[in-house]
Amino acid sequence: MKLDARIPAGPLEKKWSSHKSNIRLVSPANKRNIDIVVIGTGLAGSSAAASLAEMGYRVKAFCFQDSPRRAHSIAAQGGINAAKNYQNDGDSTYRLFYDTIKGGDYRSREANVYRLAEVSANIIDQCVAQGVPFARDYGGLLDNRSFGGVQVSRTFYAKGQTGQQLLLGAYSALNRQIGKGNVKMYNRHEMMDIVVEDGKARGIIARNLATGEIERHGAHAVLLASGGYGNVFFLSTNAMGSNGSAAWKAHRRGALMANPCFTQIHPTCIPQSGEYQSKLTLMSESLRNDGRIWVPKNKKDAEAIRAGQMKPTDIKEEDRDYYLERRYPSFGNLVPRDVASRAAKERCDEGYGVNATGQAVYLDFSSAIERYGKTEANQMGLENPSREKIIELGEKVVEAKYGNLFEMYQKIKDVNPYKSPMMIYPAVHYTMGGIWVDYNLMTNIPGLYALGEANFSDHGANRLGASALMQGLADGYFVAPYTVGDYLADEIRTGDIDINSDAFVQTEKDVVERIDKLINNKGTKTVDHYHRALGKIMWDKCGMARNAEGLKEAIVEIQALREEFWKEVNVPGRKDMYNPELDKAGRVADFLELGELMCLDALTREESCGGHFREEHQTEEGEAMRDDKNFAFASCWKYTGEPSKAELIKEELTFENVELKTRSYK
Amino acid sequence: MNLTLKIWRQNGPDDKGHMETYPVSDVNPEMSFLEMIDVLNEKLIAEGKEPVAFDHDCREGICGMCSMFINGEAHGPGKRITTCQLHMRSFNDGETVIIEPWRAAAFPVIKDLVVDRGAFDRIQQAGGYVSVNTSGNTIDANAIPVPKRDADRAFDAATCIGCGACVASCKNSSAMLFVSAKVSQFALLPQGKVEAKDRVRKMVKQMDLEGFGNCTNTGACEAECPVGISLENIARMNREYMGASLSSPD
Ligand SMILES: Cc1cc2nc3c(=O)[nH]c(=O)nc-3n(C[C@H](O)[C@H](O)[C@H](O)COP(=O)(O)OP(=O)(O)OC[C@H]3O[C@@H](n4cnc5c(N)ncnc54)[C@H](O)[C@@H]3O)c2cc1C
Ligand code: SF4
Ligand code: FES
Repeated sequence: MKLDARIPAGPLEKKWSSHKSNIRLVSPANKRNIDIVVIGTGLAGSSAAASLAEMGYRVKAFCFQDSPRRAHSIAAQGGINAAKNYQNDGDSTYRLFYDTIKGGDYRSREANVYRLAEVSANIIDQCVAQGVPFARDYGGLLDNRSFGGVQVSRTFYAKGQTGQQLLLGAYSALNRQIGKGNVKMYNRHEMMDIVVEDGKARGIIARNLATGEIERHGAHAVLLASGGYGNVFFLSTNAMGSNGSAAWKAHRRGALMANPCFTQIHPTCIPQSGEYQSKLTLMSESLRNDGRIWVPKNKKDAEAIRAGQMKPTDIKEEDRDYYLERRYPSFGNLVPRDVASRAAKERCDEGYGVNATGQAVYLDFSSAIERYGKTEANQMGLENPSREKIIELGEKVVEAKYGNLFEMYQKIKDVNPYKSPMMIYPAVHYTMGGIWVDYNLMTNIPGLYALGEANFSDHGANRLGASALMQGLADGYFVAPYTVGDYLADEIRTGDIDINSDAFVQTEKDVVERIDKLINNKGTKTVDHYHRALGKIMWDKCGMARNAEGLKEAIVEIQALREEFWKEVNVPGRKDMYNPELDKAGRVADFLELGELMCLDALTREESCGGHFREEHQTEEGEAMRDDKNFAFASCWKYTGEPSKAELIKEELTFENVELKTRSYK
Repeated sequence: MNLTLKIWRQNGPDDKGHMETYPVSDVNPEMSFLEMIDVLNEKLIAEGKEPVAFDHDCREGICGMCSMFINGEAHGPGKRITTCQLHMRSFNDGETVIIEPWRAAAFPVIKDLVVDRGAFDRIQQAGGYVSVNTSGNTIDANAIPVPKRDADRAFDAATCIGCGACVASCKNSSAMLFVSAKVSQFALLPQGKVEAKDRVRKMVKQMDLEGFGNCTNTGACEAECPVGISLENIARMNREYMGASLSSPD
């Protein structure tokens, strides 16, 4: 099988504009006869559904939550990048492109990333026009902050609720089209499979989760905007329902999965507190603008803290090891996520971790509070303000910036982070890997597209902070609505899709058989039992650090676990009514296959790059060692019946505009 | 600690429903409320019983999906908190905890603690947007400066998570706080002013059609709102609505 990414010819800066002007168009009259199904209503799905409907296509949108507004994008906290250069700090389309390629450790496609940077500025215009209330300065203009891995301020934000505000903006655009009757919305519906006929995507089989009914939906194009699969690790910062099933179903029907092992472990999450833990909570990266990360310099202090005999505030300044500032003086606390996570793990593995478990480091705001307090006092013209006054003023500034995050921390940990540093530890957060797509965001199955976190396209081996929201909206507002025309121009004579065709009948039968198998199994163990067991294997052997031996073991263990699952899982209740355990069982069954493929991918990639750290490939200082000679490609996997027997197809990555360098943040 | 839970069980929209009692033991005070229900459900499944159905997703207070009426309060004890953010340290050993779904005619029960809040979406579809196309042909974002004060107030109104606690807490099952939050967000921003009159008329009309009750200013909604949406928004919406009713519909 030969892969063609269909990257337009011409210089990098011209590719998108010339491609756009050459894309085939579908006339308004013909659009009215074309059906498009969109799976997912996060940033990518909502924006795509709204835009396509506005252009005149007949759209159906699906989400498994009770409202499109609850898609997981709602939880994004810190911000969204755009090369607006409002701060006049030297930002540009090229710089955003370069930072993203470098941040991704040179494992993404130049042309896609450049386009992303190019449309980024327009996203902000669009959102502001919709009434998204971004943070503003006193002059009434938009404010910015910085994120990891970059040296400019290009992140737009709405306190710690940026994802919420952007999603509600896209949701409002979607609502407008639903109200007009151009989009039909299917809440509490799960896509169970994709229908492929004569090699083309022709629709989906869905299940109404409230009633259990199975439905067929025909379409001339199907867009998957179903989000990431971080929940394969059981514990992650993703919402409970986030899953990989839509992508996995597409994979089983022939779509390639690319770089599935590229997982982002986020350095600043609230550490796990017990076995009953159901998810982990992120503390936004924006906090690293002002928070300083440290552990005690002396092991005995760390031990005393773990034993509860000492408090972090008891440790003197000179006895603290600000290890990121020490190891990476030029980026300091703002190194990219993969680097920050590994550095935290290194300190904890060496015995310097805090928290009873030893699996935590401090994120401390006391310096920032003092610094801001002094500035405020100066601005207010206070002479010789007391320390209390400075702290009080500083805390107010910090509250205005991060108030809701501090509140969130306090609600969970019952500790006041203004007074005592936060405890944090890395956790699974995002999946750079996903469904392979070409420049048009089309998978290798004609008519099937993948958008947002569900595809593999833009972030290489490591995503920079605040770039997922940018990518979701770029895909949905500005890319897919145009590129689908290239394919749909040939579909104007197809007419309505026949949902009684053999392909629909057979796919529905497969879906029903699997549901029956799950519900009739009546084994001895719960779905969560298997999910937890899988998560532990993945975290221990395919997590922050990986090695060949562990990965080989993991593959065998996952196979055994999957076999046991199908024998022993117990799914209570009925299939013909609301039954969340049944929904969960189907998703975990898919994770049990996807996890195996992730381990195979990690095993095959004999190098360290971005979030993929192979212990065999590191420098003496413990930094990742990339192998551009042998691994400058995207690994695309074709399903052959067994996850670990998947066939590897390489998309070679060629870099014509940037020079491949060792990524250094020192 | 040990607790006695009394939970509303209703096997589908047509079932009458009843309260059932479940003892739970070894509850860890560090657990979240939903993790406590997870543990109960694992136990129920092991005993061959049906787990309690409840809505949840993000488990960090932002998606608005979780919705339990606990000991007579929407989202349980504690101010400015969602059910998923409630932790067991807020309860005492030996306590009896009563758990019910949101109760409102406009929010029919699907199963146990899960209700249908589709009415909220339909109100937003009626007018909760700015009519701008997503074509990319917009003006530069900084071409429309917005005074920080207005931007901040619009943001505060926009943080509504659409959970429905306001409706569940109101003796009239009024949705005024929810609707007014969206109306206010747009009324405070220049982008939203153009269609402000039309918007408030359409949204209020849909709200009435859905069967939500009238507002009698008891303020229970504000007290139970997990993100602190203020009653000022209702006052603003009333003003907007009055203004819109006085001018002729376009
Ligand atoms: C806590 C947190 C904070 C974050 N903060 C930031 C940030 O500050 N900046 C940033 O850039 N990124 C951030 N991210 C990442 C970013 O939020 C996500 O990558 C992005 O929102 C994904 O958007 P999406 O549209 O691709 O998918 P999602 O928003 O995950 O939406 C998925 C949609 O698919 C639907 N779906 C899934 N499967 C099915 C199925 N089988 N059938 C029907 N529907 C289905 C769901 O219902 C949902 O509507 C954060 C992520 C997390 C977890
Ligand atoms: S106003 Fe408050 S209580 Fe009502 S839906 Fe919004 S967030 Fe929930
Ligand atoms: S589960 Fe999302 S707000 Fe509670």
